[in-house]
Amino acid sequence: MTLHERSIIEQLDDLNTGKYSAVELTRHYLDRIQQQEALNCYITVMEEKALATANAADTARAEGHNHLLGGIPIAHKDIFCTKGIKTSAGSKMLDSFIAPYDATVVARLAAAGVVTLGKTNMDEFAMGSSNETSFYGPVLNPWDPTRVPGGSSGGSAAAVAAGLCAAATGTDTGGSIRQPSAHCGITGLKPTYGRISRWGMIAFASSLDQAGPMARTAEDAALLLQVMSGSDSLDSTSLADPVPDYRADLSRSLEGLRIGLCEDFFATGLEADSEQVIQEAIAVFEQLGAKISRVALPHIAQSIPAYYVIAPAEASANLSRFDGIRFGYRCENPSNLEDLYRRSRSEGFGEEVKRRIMIGAFTLSTGYYDAYYRKAQQIRRLIKNDFQTAFEQVDILLGPTSPQPAFKLGEKTEDQVAMYLQDIYTIAGNLAGLPAMSIPAGFSSKLPVGVQLIGNYMQEGRILNAAHQFQQQTDWHLRSPGSVDVEAKG
Amino acid sequence: MTWETVIGLEIHVQLNTKSKIFSGASTEFGAPPNTQACAVDLGLPGVLPVVNAEVYPKAVAFGLGIGASISKISAFDRKNYFYPDLPKGYQITQMDQPIVLGGSVEIPLEDGTVKQVNITRAHLEEDAGKSLHEAFQQSTGIDLNRAGTPLLEIVSEPDMRSAKEAVAYAKYIHQLVTYLGISDGNMAEGSLRCDANVSIRPSGATEMGTRTETKNVNSFRFLEHAINFEVQRQQQVLESGGRIVQETRLFDPDRDETRPMRSKETAMDYRYFPEPDLLPVKIDEAFISEVKNSMPELPREKATRFADEYQLTQADAQVLASDPALANYFEATVQHCHDAKTAANWVRVELLGRMNRDNIHIKDLTLSAEQFGVLLSRISDRTISGKIAKNILDALWQGEAQSVDEFIEKNDLKQVSDSGSLDPLIEKIIADNPKQAEQYRQGKTKLLGFFVGQVMKETAGKANPQQVNELVRKKLS
Repeated sequence: MTLHERSIIEQLDDLNTGKYSAVELTRHYLDRIQQQEALNCYITVMEEKALATANAADTARAEGHNHLLGGIPIAHKDIFCTKGIKTSAGSKMLDSFIAPYDATVVARLAAAGVVTLGKTNMDEFAMGSSNETSFYGPVLNPWDPTRVPGGSSGGSAAAVAAGLCAAATGTDTGGSIRQPSAHCGITGLKPTYGRISRWGMIAFASSLDQAGPMARTAEDAALLLQVMSGSDSLDSTSLADPVPDYRADLSRSLEGLRIGLCEDFFATGLEADSEQVIQEAIAVFEQLGAKISRVALPHIAQSIPAYYVIAPAEASANLSRFDGIRFGYRCENPSNLEDLYRRSRSEGFGEEVKRRIMIGAFTLSTGYYDAYYRKAQQIRRLIKNDFQTAFEQVDILLGPTSPQPAFKLGEKTEDQVAMYLQDIYTIAGNLAGLPAMSIPAGFSSKLPVGVQLIGNYMQEGRILNAAHQFQQQTDWHLRSPGSVDVEAKG
Repeated sequence: MTWETVIGLEIHVQLNTKSKIFSGASTEFGAPPNTQACAVDLGLPGVLPVVNAEVYPKAVAFGLGIGASISKISAFDRKNYFYPDLPKGYQITQMDQPIVLGGSVEIPLEDGTVKQVNITRAHLEEDAGKSLHEAFQQSTGIDLNRAGTPLLEIVSEPDMRSAKEAVAYAKYIHQLVTYLGISDGNMAEGSLRCDANVSIRPSGATEMGTRTETKNVNSFRFLEHAINFEVQRQQQVLESGGRIVQETRLFDPDRDETRPMRSKETAMDYRYFPEPDLLPVKIDEAFISEVKNSMPELPREKATRFADEYQLTQADAQVLASDPALANYFEATVQHCHDAKTAANWVRVELLGRMNRDNIHIKDLTLSAEQFGVLLSRISDRTISGKIAKNILDALWQGEAQSVDEFIEKNDLKQVSDSGSLDPLIEKIIADNPKQAEQYRQGKTKLLGFFVGQVMKETAGKANPQQVNELVRKKLS
């Protein structure tokens, strides 16, 4: 097995036993990034800095310092501010923006010893489900370069799948970690809202945004989550609850685990082959001793309309700071203040971002607030309640991550509603603020299909446990692009 | 037709926290531009606000000071608008749940009556930066040092009926927030700024006229001028058959007039919505009583106490209680001279007179209340006359003296009340002025003053005037 197909746990073992150095491992990834530049996974590659950090990690290890992730090469979604490094959020608006500080996520992972290879491509300001709204062009799906990797954390997902980093950070506002994870055949976790600090993470929709790990295995995701989580005095929405040892329960048996299937997730719109994959995954969980039942989430159908009111509303305010005054893109020769605002924003933002700002500003405007924003918040509360009722009957919820596998580039760019419906299974988790993850569960027409596990608040450990046990029985997560035809062992 | 003026004020008070309301940057006034603006104040991508907990007790103290109810939940909203000195493109404020709701204040007016002004609400928000339009050619400078300074916006009911009442109300609020120690009240540095909502209506009418809002008036004098200008203007418009346009206006102190800024037709839609970066905070009873217990005596309570405890007139008591620093100075002076009436009189006339003349605030006074008190006690124990005391006060004021007693000793200023040393002097003066002595004896008693004056002159003012009076009269009879 080549270096990039080793999990983080395995790489740490290799580094500790001296099989190879962090510098060698980093060099390996940097070479692969260059070889597979066509995938367009990275916006910025930090070669020099990465090698220097790797070298420092080797020295630290030689001196007996045992950092949790010492020398592990990862990538950050370009939505996380990195001190002294361009942080673009996939937008022309921030093409020239060098962040003067590190996001908490970046700082915590750095303190744990990771090597940052670079910043990954993404939909502009995380608005998109295909990575096609990026100012830096779309990322290609390593399983089929004519297809999208999903979005908005498409660069991170494709980079992990293609072996261009050991793991990556992502953010998930409506499915932006889980959907690309499903499309690229990797393991991605969106934690409970507030579990990971949002400080330094460029805001899309503040009440929905949540950072999370994207990795090859559930165990790797648990390790990264361990480092990324915890309260932060710089983010008042971060949760004070102590961070448990997420790996402690991974090997726990699933005997008696109550898994609920949300009826609506299987009702309409789910592609037949994908449904087949989900059914097979359910069978694996049953073999592992889980008890399957059906649960109703009566208001789940309202999640897309509610989301597409709340998220653009918050975004419309969050993106007001990009005005051409203090940083970022400014139009040439503005004739006056209004012209400066108008053209800087018209030229600096892409179509999808502008569309959402317009929708958001409209839904918040006088006379429409009650009909849209307030109503959407009421729906949000009903959806939260639905989940709480469901979690009285079951321990975790299971369903598809996406209605179908990765679609063709350009296929849905002209049809916004079809694009928005890509998030139909993931959005409710954001509205309710619940932890949810996608794990590889099979293939549909040679394209990866993900299964989604949703847990109750702060139950990241529970869904990681289920995911890990599933991954002990299956090898879908071990498949790499190019080895698609291998049969499952389970 | 006679008109009635209707005024409501929105007063923005800067709270005197060390750091800003949502960031750790300093709120110190007067630093070089943009040196006190951190990543949060600049609205950089990815930053988040965290509420400075110091603002809660201050806002609650104000609420208790006006008898308002305190919101059980304190939550923030975003108010969206674009302006270069508003870095995020929205202001974090409290729309739905102001921390202070209701309440009222009683304002003493010049004619001795008391006017009740009701308060609608007071809410917390962040200040914007400053746009400097004059400093640069062809462009505007932005200073974000002020961005994020905590403000308490106090909104009154339209209860005031004249510019004078509005000014009296604004002064009262200024006094109250200074008293509570929640603001430095420094008007010149913008610590208290008023927006005046003004309308007029025919006397006796019950419906409100269309109002205009004059923004950002930062002195009491300007407030009076701005309102009076606006009343006159509206009257002229209405009397010439016109119609008042609901609009926002700016006061130009150089021209002493208000000018339209924007009308309601082009008014902004601020698109308020709950601030998702800040979770609502509970304000419980225990917290409120803690604030209540640590609140200082308020101006009205203090004035009443001064009148009772020190037997002062209402006017004296109100002046002395008007500023906490002045009140403390007065009470400390009394402690050292044990004569409240003299102390009240001297603080009002001599001390305030000199302070006004030299434009010095009580807080910046170098003369200690102790020395001031000692000075007054040297009058009551007849060591010196009032006239000499004033001279000594001048010396103390100029910094030419530190200790009253040493100064008296060194300059030999003790009152001469020993008749043994005065007798020969008086006899000599009478002998030197036989003509005047004769006239006095013939009934021209006014000349007594002449002889007393001569004695005082000879003794360089040290003689006790009363005693000299008696002695001269005796010698001439």
